[in-house]
Amino acid sequence: MKALRKILDNIKPHVQPGGKFAKFHSTFDAFETFLFVPNTVTHKGSHIRDAIDLKRTMSVVVMALIPALLFGMYNVGYQHFLAIGEQATFWQTFFFGFWKVLPIVVVSYVSGLGVEFIFAQIRHHEVNEGFLVSGMLIPLVMPADVPLWMVAVATIFAVIIGKEVFGGTGMNILNPALLARAFLFFAYPQSMSGDKVWVSIGQGHVVDGFSGATPLGEALVGNIAGMHEKWSFMDMFLGFIPGSVGETSTLAILLGALLLLATGIGSWRIMLSVVLGGLTMGYIFNAFAGVFPQNAYLQLSPFEHLVLGGFAFGAIFMATDPVTAAQTNRGKWIYGFLIGVMAILIRVANPAYPEGMMLAILLLNVFAPLIDHYVVEGNISRREKRARLAGNNQ
Amino acid sequence: MSTDNNKKEPLFSPKNIKLLTSPVNMNNPITVQVLGICSALAVTVKLKPAFVMAVSVIAVVALSNLVVSLLRNTIPNRIRIIVQLTIIALLVILVDQVLKAFVYDVSKQLSVFVGLIITNCIVMGRLEAFAMANKPWQSFLDGIGNGAGYAIILIIVAFFRELLGSGTLWGYQVVPDAFIELGYRHNGMMILPPMALIVIGVIIWVQRSRNKDLIEQ
Repeated sequence: MKALRKILDNIKPHVQPGGKFAKFHSTFDAFETFLFVPNTVTHKGSHIRDAIDLKRTMSVVVMALIPALLFGMYNVGYQHFLAIGEQATFWQTFFFGFWKVLPIVVVSYVSGLGVEFIFAQIRHHEVNEGFLVSGMLIPLVMPADVPLWMVAVATIFAVIIGKEVFGGTGMNILNPALLARAFLFFAYPQSMSGDKVWVSIGQGHVVDGFSGATPLGEALVGNIAGMHEKWSFMDMFLGFIPGSVGETSTLAILLGALLLLATGIGSWRIMLSVVLGGLTMGYIFNAFAGVFPQNAYLQLSPFEHLVLGGFAFGAIFMATDPVTAAQTNRGKWIYGFLIGVMAILIRVANPAYPEGMMLAILLLNVFAPLIDHYVVEGNISRREKRARLAGNNQ
Repeated sequence: MSTDNNKKEPLFSPKNIKLLTSPVNMNNPITVQVLGICSALAVTVKLKPAFVMAVSVIAVVALSNLVVSLLRNTIPNRIRIIVQLTIIALLVILVDQVLKAFVYDVSKQLSVFVGLIITNCIVMGRLEAFAMANKPWQSFLDGIGNGAGYAIILIIVAFFRELLGSGTLWGYQVVPDAFIELGYRHNGMMILPPMALIVIGVIIWVQRSRNKDLIEQ
């Protein structure tokens, strides 16, 4: 640690204004504050300082993502060996997935942070740590076999169009990680949807009767009975189903949720209301299952909706993004509830988009400022009314 | 008195040249005035229809500017919008017929958007803002300039959308098959209208960062 400090102190004079490499001040600053807690102190007046700053917040979210990431790696391998019908040890399975997922993580971080550093240099801003979380979220919402150049293109697009044009971290309207996924979903649908992309086959040959469809994909073609035969509710909850890398295991996601809730970084209001919204819509659709037998999604039980697809992942990690979510407490309830409702509505009513969660969150991201506006306005008018009443009584 | 001035002023005086060049860059109808966006989204999937559309709009803006400017002293002020619309409609129908006669396939691709030039804000805007108060030659140049400003954005947007979305330019394949075999895929989002909006947004971004005067406070 001391040696590291020494190296940084040696470099420091060169990157200060006037130094040889003053251009790289923000790059240096980013690394220094990443490695050490800044020792700056407040000079004027009294301030209340919290030990938690943006970098520590982001680190906690990244830690919360680790269970989903590790399980995702294992599941990529598990699905692979299941598909080619081979037995494999735990470590073989894990490392197959590890070598599939690690490149996606590296590409996502390198391309995203590259853009962030370039913009910070141009604007003479400090490098913001907002991408630390997005860079981890992006690989988790990709299929394991997604071409790496697509990940790079989508990440660069999301960081520039989703974040930098609005002014960088904290100013974005849409969640950058979801924007990257939405970009790929619409730009390269053949690599992001359908039956072929979710299970990484690699060099092997698939067994007879193999289908790469996700449970939602099976339900889409009306094969509910087959789906239930293949995967029990427990499989879906634990995550032994095909899907994007990090979204399959509701259990791993809940472990992350515990950490977010314990540290107070994720909003429990949003998480709870998303789940409530999803359940409500799930029950409504389930009640009409007999009326529209041609739409098999209606037969899914509401609780299955919660563990299938990206619902849990979106509810815990995407909807709670503090920048793009609603800010007021009442607003958070409305925002979360509508995400849950919209996600199931899109999933069931528009079978072309079984991944309703992504579109629902992006839609509500756009509406979040409006929700906040009306919550604040409503509060003001209620207080005015109360003040007037109090005035009349006197 | 005005005729005296006219005689002294050469046909392409610096002022008249400015009428032509200013709308192409500093006063661009799409990126600065943000007019005519709808057709810019609709017809820019491929370069060829975008080019035909651009030429049609240049013709309509220039000629309607000329005609309205010639009539500007006889049009009663209270019904001027109707008169202007009639003139635009006449010219648009002419353009439509010409397209149907000579480039039928493109005309079919453009479908209603040729007819919708009538409602293009650029045409009406130039008539109201310029042709009603200026002499025919200047109005004609202003029409050409604004049409060209519209055209250049349309062609830039269509260039990127066709290149990245379909791998072709003017219908000819430019992205080699070897790329596809290596794993390159055409960007399906480029074919969808939202991407046109984003491309226009990027053009506006580039233009404003090069001309600081255009940045609003």
